[in-house]
Amino acid sequence: MVKPNIGSILSGERIALARLLSEVENNSVAGQATLDELFPHTGKAHLIGVTGAPGTGKSSLVNQMALNYRAGKNPKQVAIVAVDPSSPFTGGAVLGDRVRMRDLAGDPGVFIRSMASRGSLGGLARATAAMVQVFDAAGFEVILIETVGAGQTEVDIARLAHTTLVVESPGLGDEIQAIKAGILEIADILVVNKADLPGVENTERALKGMLGLAHPVAKVFRHHGQDMVSAGREPEGKALWVPPILRTIATDGTGVAELVAAIEQHAKHLHNSGEWGRRERARLEAELEGLLTETLVKRFREGVTDIRYEKMVDRLVQRKVSPWGAVKALLKGKNGFTAKAQD
Amino acid sequence: MPERKIRVLVAKPGLDGHDRGAKVVARALRDAGMEVIYTGLRQTPEMIAEAALQEDVDVVGLSILSGAHMSLIPPILKLLKANGQEHVKIFVGGIVPDEDVPRLKEMGVTGVYGPGAPTEAIVNEIRATFKPAR
Repeated sequence: MVKPNIGSILSGERIALARLLSEVENNSVAGQATLDELFPHTGKAHLIGVTGAPGTGKSSLVNQMALNYRAGKNPKQVAIVAVDPSSPFTGGAVLGDRVRMRDLAGDPGVFIRSMASRGSLGGLARATAAMVQVFDAAGFEVILIETVGAGQTEVDIARLAHTTLVVESPGLGDEIQAIKAGILEIADILVVNKADLPGVENTERALKGMLGLAHPVAKVFRHHGQDMVSAGREPEGKALWVPPILRTIATDGTGVAELVAAIEQHAKHLHNSGEWGRRERARLEAELEGLLTETLVKRFREGVTDIRYEKMVDRLVQRKVSPWGAVKALLKGKNGFTAKAQD
Repeated sequence: MPERKIRVLVAKPGLDGHDRGAKVVARALRDAGMEVIYTGLRQTPEMIAEAALQEDVDVVGLSILSGAHMSLIPPILKLLKANGQEHVKIFVGGIVPDEDVPRLKEMGVTGVYGPGAPTEAIVNEIRATFKPAR
């Protein structure tokens, strides 16, 4: 395909944007080249991640948040990237997040794009970060990124987003679930959605308990009558962010204005504390590392014939070589990764 | 390696409230390895064209049981064209009288399927449409 004209992207031409998103999602040469040119125009948007278990109401909440950002005197340009899982067997997918976002139809200040996870396991697709960059360059000020319905370890979103929302709903787990490592830890804001359902107090109490146990709140311990600072305390003058727990009802919008206010407050906190810059750096470093790994593996595989590779898998299956041994053998000598296929 | 999946928008324009057929087709296309964007019931032509644009789909599948296909489909085709998406293939499923089928095809609809149509036929026809490209 012809390389998309970056002028049409920067000026917000929707068909050009939609097509570039496909090129980027498919990791095409044209997509990569355009992304190279667009990259200097990125870094302006506020990236907001929305994650949580399937059925907690993430899509409905994203719908309401976008409506809130579009309302008022200063409506913001909102992009939504919604990821749903691909079938591990056929590679196909049914992407259904738009069903909950019909209120946003007809608003030219909103652009919704559905993505299939295409085999990625961290809750996002491999190309999600690149798609977000396209929206950022195209001038979208708020980018809402909805992950696949996440369990306990799909935490990639925390590396991508500036502000991560973890959405819970009543009846999903007890205090033990709440103190396990994983998805709850990545929350900058905890949302208890479906707050009109019974059990909302229990969910909220479990989350509060988890925060009290795990977070480095600036606590003061008493020791022999002297004040003693707990180990978790940060240096003087640097405010800690304690994730607020907010109740929402995404079907009617209750609590959404408060949620958006908390998100804005978090952004302010990130800027004031210097955390915004640190997160940007960590994110770009993670992206670089991911791409480097992917590129090196690909380059290496191009130098090893399928026959040699399959033979190694055969030897693995026959227990003649261990997985580590196979890696060492493949990397060694004439089949090292700069060499071309030899056998 | 660059991946290229066939992306299909499955939509129900108009007012009939029964989307089992649309869901069966969405599932069949998924099982055939396609990426299906499902938009739900009671979509206007404008909503369908907007979703097709944002999602940059290759195919739009319309399920219409209400008998309003002759008035719902032309505006969808017109809007797709206005958006620069004249390349998008349109497939229609539902209750369409035989005499309307040639008229729909004349308008630019690629395939029309009635009740009992095997899902493999739909999958195969979509795949055949994209053969040269992939």
